[in-house]
Amino acid sequence: MKRFLSLIAVLVALVALNVLLPRVTNPYHFQILMLIGINIVLAVSLNLVNGFTGQFSIGHAGFMAVGAYTSAMFTIKLGKPFAATLTLLPEPVAQGVALLMALVAGGLVAAGAGWLVGLPSLRLRGDYLAIVTLGFGEIIRVLLLNIEAIGGARGLSNIPTYANFFWVYGSVVVVVVVAVRLAHSTHGRALFAIRDDEVAAEALGVDTTKYKVLAFVLGAFFAGVAGGLFAHFLSYLNPSSFTFLKSIEVIAMVVLGGMGSITGSILAAVVLTLLPEVLRPVKDFRMVIYALMLIVLMITRPQGLLGTREWSLGGLFRRGGPAKGAA
Amino acid sequence: MSEFLQQLVNGITWGSVYALIALGYTMVYGILRLINFAHGDVYMLGAFIGLYASRWFHAGENPNPFKALLVLLTSMVLCALIGMVIERLAYKPVRKSPRLSALITAIGVSLLLENGGVLLFGASPRFFPQIVAQQNIPLGLGVTISNQQLIVIAVSFVLMLALRGLVLHTKVGKAMQAVSHNHMAAALMGISVDRIITFTFMIGSALAAAAGVLVALQTPKIEPYMGILPGLKAFVAAVLGGIGNIPGAVVGGLIMGIAEVMVTGYLSPTYRDAIAFVLLIVILLVKPAGIFGKAVAEKV
Repeated sequence: MKRFLSLIAVLVALVALNVLLPRVTNPYHFQILMLIGINIVLAVSLNLVNGFTGQFSIGHAGFMAVGAYTSAMFTIKLGKPFAATLTLLPEPVAQGVALLMALVAGGLVAAGAGWLVGLPSLRLRGDYLAIVTLGFGEIIRVLLLNIEAIGGARGLSNIPTYANFFWVYGSVVVVVVVAVRLAHSTHGRALFAIRDDEVAAEALGVDTTKYKVLAFVLGAFFAGVAGGLFAHFLSYLNPSSFTFLKSIEVIAMVVLGGMGSITGSILAAVVLTLLPEVLRPVKDFRMVIYALMLIVLMITRPQGLLGTREWSLGGLFRRGGPAKGAA
Repeated sequence: MSEFLQQLVNGITWGSVYALIALGYTMVYGILRLINFAHGDVYMLGAFIGLYASRWFHAGENPNPFKALLVLLTSMVLCALIGMVIERLAYKPVRKSPRLSALITAIGVSLLLENGGVLLFGASPRFFPQIVAQQNIPLGLGVTISNQQLIVIAVSFVLMLALRGLVLHTKVGKAMQAVSHNHMAAALMGISVDRIITFTFMIGSALAAAAGVLVALQTPKIEPYMGILPGLKAFVAAVLGGIGNIPGAVVGGLIMGIAEVMVTGYLSPTYRDAIAFVLLIVILLVKPAGIFGKAVAEKV
């Protein structure tokens, strides 16, 4: 009952903010707010792979791209005509249904890609795995550039802008809840065990193969959802949005927040999305300062802003951090 | 056939450049287990320092080999110093941190060099002066090689041999090998580990600078972001050959260069950037530690 009530409370809050926020904020601030939400989904999803399981993936932009293009094409070909047939429902609801289907489709296809990339992780470790994920990301980008049906180098435009505050922050809530619940479950413990010592985990009967692939699939699914939100918010996709630099940006969020810390990822996603915007007045020096701050932060706090600890927000994570006691 | 041979010549030229950059990656990785993402940007700096050096020496006005060599050496020496500064200021403080933090630091340095480059040199491409007048030398069978290509191959080859001699036959080279095996044991044998690490960075950066100048000879358009993709691909080349392994880096670089030129020539230039990674995935699935890499048994 309590769980049901908190679900209702979250839904009401999201709907209220969804109506209120676009009216009280200016479009620039609203856009940043939305990008922060999308980046939180990305950072938390990568944290499942890098932070929870300790598998070093640096091709997250690839999964995001797969999800973005799949869901955008889904909406253009199927979702939009389908939403138009739902005449009984009010327009935002009909669009929401179409968006939800597109996000799930994008997430599933991205998860399939995650499964494909997760397979070599059975054979490869550490930096070798990292470079394979990097390669995967680059291959996806080159393929997108070469497929004319989805716009190629010109990009894909006229994607219906269905993603509003409700859907972006709704996804944030979903990914955070999934991550927290996972962290407290048997499966989560298995992931942490693999991160801390793969051989020991295997000796204790953890099916390391299964869990590593699971982490990749789950991480890729939510990266795909983030990509779908990105597509339906900006209404335009271009392969150049999904370069190696995007993957790096997300990794920086995970490492800066603290590996395995969910609140850390959220905090870092907010900080690293805001930082370039705050630094806009200094123009040319913007990226230089950004880079310097990244270096200085890593030198002064190599374990990330929060380490493996969790911030407790009014008892939201009552039972303490998932990684507590981890090495 | 003649077209194929011509492509092969072009591929070897490109491959030698990749090999030079890959050597820096592989040496640093061998010693620190760090993917030095800023390495590609040192290559970019090498090209730009070469540009300014050729202005100081007026090397573009009446090209002669002596001045060209001077440009190359200036760029190598200055980049070695830059490599030293980067190592001391950015990498040394994170040496004991988790490896991912060190990696993010490397990425930070890379972003700093790129965007610092935009500030210093401007974002639009600059043109490298022709410090060697171009000539085409026929090789028979309809294959020609330009003297610039020849210089690229020759200089790379000489540098690689020099590196081999340094690592295998000098005291400092042996110290480098020792450090790459085990820091602690090397320190106990009286090797100054810090100094060897710095030295490794300097050598790697000098090689990257040489690659930068050599590339600028052939394709004179240089810009601050020019290092990203060649850097990534050179790293892939190093992994392909077995990271930490010096001959592996050379072979990996050559395979990469030839494969890219062949794909550009026979398939489509748009797939050029993907072939490196396809090759990588295929080879790693067959040999998970790269071509020359030894599979390390895990100690329990």
